Amino acid sequence: MMEQTIITYREEAGELLAELETSLLELEETPDDSDLINRVFRAMHTIKGSGAMFGFDEIATFTHEVETVFDLVRNGKMTVSKRLLDLTLKSRDHICYLLSMSADEAVDRRDGDEIIAGLRQLVPHGVLSQKSPGNVAVIQLPQLSGDELAEEKTWRIRFHPEHNILMCGTNPISLINELRDLGVAHVVAQIDEVPPLSEIVSEQCYIYWDIILTTSRGEDAIRDVFIFVDDDCDLKIELIDSSGLIDRNEGYKKLGDILVERGDLSPVEMQKVLQLQKRFGELLVEQGVVSPEKVQSALVEQQHVKSVRKERSEAPQQEAAASIRVPAERLDQLINLVGEMVTVQAHLTQVSMAGGDPVFIAISEEVERLTNELRDTALNIRMLPIGSTFSKFKRLVRDLSGELGKEIDMETHGAETELDKTVIEKLNDPLVHIIRNSIDHGIEMPAVRTAAGKPSAGTVFLGAEHSGDSVLITIRDDGGGLDRDAIRAKAVERGLLSATAELTDREIFAQIFAPGFSTASKVTSVSGRGVGMDVVKRGIDGLRGTIGVESVQGKGTTITLKIPLTLAIIESLLVKIGTDHFVLPLAMIEECVELSRGDVAAAHGRNVAVVRGSLTPYISLREQFGIAGERPDIEQIVIASVQGVRIGFVVDFVVGEHQTVIKPLGRIYQDVKGISGATILGDGTVALILDPIVLSREAALAESAQL
Amino acid sequence: MSVAGISETLQYLTFKLDDEVFALDVSKVREILEITNITKVPQTPDFMRGVINLRGSVVPVIDMRLKFGMSATEQTVNTCIIVVEINMDGETTILGALADSVQEVVEMEPESIEPAPHIGTKLNTDFIKGMGKVDANFVMLLDIDKVFSSAELTDIVTT
Repeated sequence: MMEQTIITYREEAGELLAELETSLLELEETPDDSDLINRVFRAMHTIKGSGAMFGFDEIATFTHEVETVFDLVRNGKMTVSKRLLDLTLKSRDHICYLLSMSADEAVDRRDGDEIIAGLRQLVPHGVLSQKSPGNVAVIQLPQLSGDELAEEKTWRIRFHPEHNILMCGTNPISLINELRDLGVAHVVAQIDEVPPLSEIVSEQCYIYWDIILTTSRGEDAIRDVFIFVDDDCDLKIELIDSSGLIDRNEGYKKLGDILVERGDLSPVEMQKVLQLQKRFGELLVEQGVVSPEKVQSALVEQQHVKSVRKERSEAPQQEAAASIRVPAERLDQLINLVGEMVTVQAHLTQVSMAGGDPVFIAISEEVERLTNELRDTALNIRMLPIGSTFSKFKRLVRDLSGELGKEIDMETHGAETELDKTVIEKLNDPLVHIIRNSIDHGIEMPAVRTAAGKPSAGTVFLGAEHSGDSVLITIRDDGGGLDRDAIRAKAVERGLLSATAELTDREIFAQIFAPGFSTASKVTSVSGRGVGMDVVKRGIDGLRGTIGVESVQGKGTTITLKIPLTLAIIESLLVKIGTDHFVLPLAMIEECVELSRGDVAAAHGRNVAVVRGSLTPYISLREQFGIAGERPDIEQIVIASVQGVRIGFVVDFVVGEHQTVIKPLGRIYQDVKGISGATILGDGTVALILDPIVLSREAALAESAQL
Repeated sequence: MSVAGISETLQYLTFKLDDEVFALDVSKVREILEITNITKVPQTPDFMRGVINLRGSVVPVIDMRLKFGMSATEQTVNTCIIVVEINMDGETTILGALADSVQEVVEMEPESIEPAPHIGTKLNTDFIKGMGKVDANFVMLLDIDKVFSSAELTDIVTT
């Protein structure tokens, strides 16, 4: 149980820290935004409060210090400075670190102490001296938080002050207002003791009050309000409703019962009046048994409890509708089941079509429709906005630009764009490398920029948008751009390109993704080793995505990543070679054309085909995979667009579109080139998923090796 | 004479490759399947026969005869796939091993297991935990984790 709460605390604190970071970075842009300051304060307060509650004392103590400083900011006694934000961001990291430690590990306090010392220096003199921040405040916290968490209860309070209470200097109204601060309160004044005007002494208080209060604080808190008037009043506090009571379905007590319970009406009187069978409240008043105020007070109580109960029963439902926390494994399991369902459904369609029974076909089509909806819904659940990743990069840009002495602004766009959770996780590393590159190599030093007539602060733009079944992620900087000639020279030097080849920009820029490729003359702490872009390439390939590079020297570089929305299920084309089935991702396929023996003969053994007047190179998969058997008279070329280049893949037969549930091939096949996974067909056999990008790259490598 | 590391009586599944009897620790065996349709993965060595569909999961299948330098397994009614859980670099992986036939589950006491001779088995002795005696015959106890270690499998794929 405790274990569970600690896990929850870690998760929640993680989220709060992320929010804290975002808010701090925004605060840097608009330092006066009191909303943001409050958000920062709230996040820290919650981290501290629940930290103390769950035994993360180290966090609570540390956060308290930072919070104290922000409290000053919030109250306008301090202004937001860059130094403060620097320190607060560092505190965030430190809290992160503290959070990752288990209770029995020794904590490295040095960082924390340094941050706190730094923060204290920032505080204007004299502001903090009256109350030294320390453990005192923190120790009180658990109890406070505990109260906050306690269930809400409804109390009936009759506050009947002595007539001379005003003379003791007590103002009953302020007491009542104090009660209101505790929770939702309804107050009814009782005036039946007010004497005729002629007898009134103006210093006397003739009124008493019925208060119906719903609060999560205990009875003690209520009694505390009246602590100084205890002797001068008649105070009755009764618990009338709590979420623990079970009589919820029966509605609240009848008016008469309430009055009887309060002692305002005897059961006998109630029975007598009840027999008259008029509206009960009116009757009571008419009969003069109870004053109209009493009845009103009771009615208020009835209303109050009803509404509190209604809220209580609605509240959890609303929360449930808004969002729920589900472990990621459970979602993965759901996706797996849906995947299996899709497979079985493919089989069902196959069998129903073969049988030809119209009723059966109708059912199978219905199942197909439902399965598709189920698939889309299930995949949707795993979709997350990419924004959380973006804010991480804001931080990266901020830290790096400071380190390198550059001025860099970061702009983001499309943070709400949704992507599969696993895709987002895998995008992180490639994006880090691209952005680091932009900052280190792309954006120039302020002096250089001014000399080139550009604003001294560079801009890194990070945007995401949907495009069909993919997401386009754009990383753009207005820096120096790629040096086409330097890249070419380096690539020729390393034997990646031939010195004489006529190459497009695209082909040249593609070289920056080669392992170990770097034109940087010196290696900085940020980049220049030539490892980064290779990581990007692998990462994006792993996501079945593509990378586009555009660059104008002196103006900047734009890198566009096209990433499929999900990794679990893809639309694909099912093809056959001999008896084996393969699938190709449909998103990359442009068209299918026939390849006859005559065409092959006409090309004189070269693997190119003329498709509508243009030459298209192709790879014979039968040869590539060494599949035995005769080639059919007419083969099919499936033409895919691989990084902007059309390449054909020759297969025996194109079966058609296929919903492909991607299954990993397992560890021992993880290094097989050109095969990215497997899928299970309707009849239960396994088909392999081809990776056109790797296949064409391998073919190109093999060919250049032969030459 | 017993073998270090084997201190308690364990159950072993015995199976045949060609005429020889081998044995596997039963706790490593997940299930035994009849041979089904195996999809060959191109550009991989012959002993890696391909992948099968095991109730929705894709499981690789290894031909143990080829792995041990015998001729390829020929399919008969008795041919089966022993699905084993192996430990590869600290991760549990599921693999299918092709065998000519499965014999029985036997209990072997540590005393009846001898270390494998260094020569004469015609096998890489790393793969063998020991020689067990069942009735009057010797069976080779395989160390399945080593047979299917990542170095043994993935190195071959990449070369």
